[in-house]
Amino acid sequence: MFSQAMLELIGIGILETLYMTILSSVLAYILGLPLGILLVITDKDGIAPMVTINRIIGFIVNIFRSIPFVILLVALLPFTRMVVGTTLGPNALVVPLVIGSAPYIARLVESSLKEVDHGVIEAAQSMGASPSQIVFKVLIPEAMPSLIMGGAIAVITILSYSAMGGFVGAGGLGTLAINYGYYRYQVNIMLITIAILVLIVQGFQELGGRLMRRFDKRL
Amino acid sequence: MANREPMIELIGLGKTFESKNSYVKALEDINLTIYEGEIFGIIGLSGAGKSTLVRCINYLERPTTGKVIFDKTDLSEVGDRELLKIRQSMGMIFQQFNLLMQRNTLQNICFPLEIAGVSVKDAKKRAYELLDVVGLTDKAKAYPAQLSGGQKQRVAIARALATKPKVLLCDEATSALDPTTTRSILELLREINKNLGITIVVITHEMSVIEEICNRVAIIDESRIAEIGDVEEVFMRPKSKIARQLVFSGANHIDSFVGEDKCRIIFDGRTSFEPVIANMVLECRTPVNILFADTKDIDGKAFGQMVIQLPEDESSKKRIFAYLEMHKIPHEEVL
Repeated sequence: MFSQAMLELIGIGILETLYMTILSSVLAYILGLPLGILLVITDKDGIAPMVTINRIIGFIVNIFRSIPFVILLVALLPFTRMVVGTTLGPNALVVPLVIGSAPYIARLVESSLKEVDHGVIEAAQSMGASPSQIVFKVLIPEAMPSLIMGGAIAVITILSYSAMGGFVGAGGLGTLAINYGYYRYQVNIMLITIAILVLIVQGFQELGGRLMRRFDKRL
Repeated sequence: MANREPMIELIGLGKTFESKNSYVKALEDINLTIYEGEIFGIIGLSGAGKSTLVRCINYLERPTTGKVIFDKTDLSEVGDRELLKIRQSMGMIFQQFNLLMQRNTLQNICFPLEIAGVSVKDAKKRAYELLDVVGLTDKAKAYPAQLSGGQKQRVAIARALATKPKVLLCDEATSALDPTTTRSILELLREINKNLGITIVVITHEMSVIEEICNRVAIIDESRIAEIGDVEEVFMRPKSKIARQLVFSGANHIDSFVGEDKCRIIFDGRTSFEPVIANMVLECRTPVNILFADTKDIDGKAFGQMVIQLPEDESSKKRIFAYLEMHKIPHEEVL
């Protein structure tokens, strides 16, 4: 059905997509996790209320969340060139992927951490736990199953964003689908990339679900 | 109490919650002293301010006015860091247990020790000691989701005792438990008080809990202390309206017999097997209607109370009161 060369392109596309998705997810979490934690603890009912800081972070997060990713991708091109020296290839796409998804992750983390029962936090406070002890010994461990599920959602979102990079020559399955499936009307390429993307999404979701069940001691 | 050293002193304590355009006074002018080694009860209806009060004791809520003096330290004068340290000498348990759901029993009990910076080895050793105290040695590796309500509260008690606190604050600790489990938890608290000498503050809305384990009680109503005193005294001769209401718990309908004269007869253990009401009826030759009765037989002595409806005519009424006076049966007219 496909030539050897085509199969190789598909193989490289899969690897590039996975590379972009995983690297961006890790970097986006390095940025988004602390932001999410800050959103929770500086809330007016949080463990270290700082309303002004909370408003500022919330505002910045909302700005980035309201820009559609395709537009953010193009708007960030000069910045991307500054950081990685090029606007082409998987490494270049990581920049907008991280910036575009970190605020989203911050909100995901925020909602996971807010699920932790206030009573448990209060119990920790009654034992003399400091805010940082509460974050690392209560909030994060107690919210772990929910954080893992949020992680699966984030990774899948980043994967779908990465496909949009096809329009700016980022590489990966998105580029393959657009260059061959769209510009050259090779419907079978389009269909095979879609099928592969579906499989990858299923894989991440399944992995997330399994990890969650393994971590959750409430079941 | 042999030694009357004050453990917790609340002086002119007040707490106001501020929201956008309203003030809610949760506590007003609370003055009370809780002594070392006693079991002190704080009772009130929901919304009376008792939960806020207990949170002021360990400064989870900062009082708006007044002072909290814990073990000779004025909490308003200590810094944040020192406050965290002081909280380690005040254990607290809750209605909803508030255990860490992702940690097993042993890890839950080790938690306050981790916070206090105790080494893992020492923490585990201490945790096993405490599991023994609360009778859950076989549940060390169980997660909270696998435990019953009573077991969870036992874990919570062990956890609260881990740092060897001087005070144990119990916020509605038995309100989510069935009567049998409640009794066993109260029994455990009493043992802890007796064997470890820990001062216990019990917050509850149930008079039965107070009766069961407390030495003294404060009754909170509408943000203020309505009454304070020894449990027996308050129970037998409640002075305030709210105290009567709580002592008559489950008998609120008494209030609905408006306009009728009622009399409360108290069984204080003195009247034992004597058929008090029957004798009174026979002697006074007038029937009485029993509106409410709550008596317990402890070692052949009757404890509790009964509310009877008095006859309409004055002479019968007088006969009844004369009879009660003569036989020295504690009683009072309920209006």
